[in-house]
Amino acid sequence: MNKIYASAAEALDGLLKDGMFIAAGGFGLCGIPELLLNAIRDAGTKDLTFASNNAGVDDFGIGILLQSKQVKKMMSSYVGENAEFMRQYLSGELELEFNPQGTLAERMRAGGAGIPGFYTKTGVGTVIAEGKEHKDFDGETYILERGIVADLSIIKAWKADETGNLIFRKTARNFNVPAGKCGRVCVAEVEEIVPVGSLDPDLIHMPGIYVHRIIQGEHEKRIEQRTIREA
Amino acid sequence: MAWDRNQMAARAAQELQDGWYVNLGIGIPTLVSNYIPDGIEVTLQSENGMLGMGPFPTEDEIDPDLINAGKQTITELPQTAYFDSAESFAMIRGGKIAMAILGAMEVAENGDLANWMIPGKLVKGMGGAMDLVAGVGRVVVVMDHTNKHGVSKLLKECTLPLTGKGVVDRIITNLGVLDVVEGGLKVVELAPDVTQDQIEAATEATLV
Repeated sequence: MNKIYASAAEALDGLLKDGMFIAAGGFGLCGIPELLLNAIRDAGTKDLTFASNNAGVDDFGIGILLQSKQVKKMMSSYVGENAEFMRQYLSGELELEFNPQGTLAERMRAGGAGIPGFYTKTGVGTVIAEGKEHKDFDGETYILERGIVADLSIIKAWKADETGNLIFRKTARNFNVPAGKCGRVCVAEVEEIVPVGSLDPDLIHMPGIYVHRIIQGEHEKRIEQRTIREA
Repeated sequence: MAWDRNQMAARAAQELQDGWYVNLGIGIPTLVSNYIPDGIEVTLQSENGMLGMGPFPTEDEIDPDLINAGKQTITELPQTAYFDSAESFAMIRGGKIAMAILGAMEVAENGDLANWMIPGKLVKGMGGAMDLVAGVGRVVVVMDHTNKHGVSKLLKECTLPLTGKGVVDRIITNLGVLDVVEGGLKVVELAPDVTQDQIEAATEATLV
């Protein structure tokens, strides 16, 4: 069975529907599925809900789908780097569901692992806890959070073999693993597809069982905060 | 003389203990890594998926795949480990991180912390702050004692949406160091040449 597609557009063929729910990997602009996001913009799919830690910047990442008004709702922990996001949110065009970062990651992980809900201390006593079930365990209060199952996962990895076993690089792993596991279908874009047998089986970060389609492409890998020390 | 940003960071670095795994927030807390005392080894966690965070890179070392939680380029160390975001918050929520040093907009005398949102004005998000304050062993806040109008940011009750309830252990401000104790805040140290009267005048919270 072939998982390798020639382009992002071909890899998404038949998977996109207006109103669908997409989980996307990446943290800030690091490790985002930039090619797949561009292809979703070109496809013009509308009323999308995204579970993604951030919303990109105005002209890169999920930001490009905000510019083109394709996003209905974001589930995120931090959206501070995007002026267009703020404008659409404050004018009521865009729904926003804030999730604490660890809760968002665990909701994805749990959804992919067949766990429909879990209790966490995070957010107890804050607006995040409002309307959620509270339960005490061993004298501490926890709130119930739901697992996320998305219609589609889009992620970015460093290397894949032809069966979809993935390896990430440095902090570009971030949300790609939990986001990748919580979708009914997962499409991964990578910098390099290598032959089966050339990755060390002990060092696979995400086994190919989670990955249904793969594309290889050139990545811009934009840097958000270029910070240096004197040599 | 009240402490400046770097002096506050240097004072916060005195809170570190040998062998600790620590998470530093954005802003002044990031500066703490410049003042880690000799003989103390701490491992810095970055919640985007890294233990063993190194210094900022030189121009030649910049790597777009290697950033901290503030999205700044950084470097790795020989002992560095990388992991995904779910794993990162498992160690945070699971109590494996000894201490977090964070910034704040407001702290209340019962240890309530507000540092993520000003309704109608600032809508950026909590990022990992709610998970950190719920999960780590000890929460130290580094912040200015008052706002730019001279109004206390150490309050009887927070006015902004909370990040966590009763979560702060110690506050380091430009005027001194205060602990959250039964009944209010206790001044445990004054910045050089700051008097008890000055800190009392600048504090709305109950001092005990």
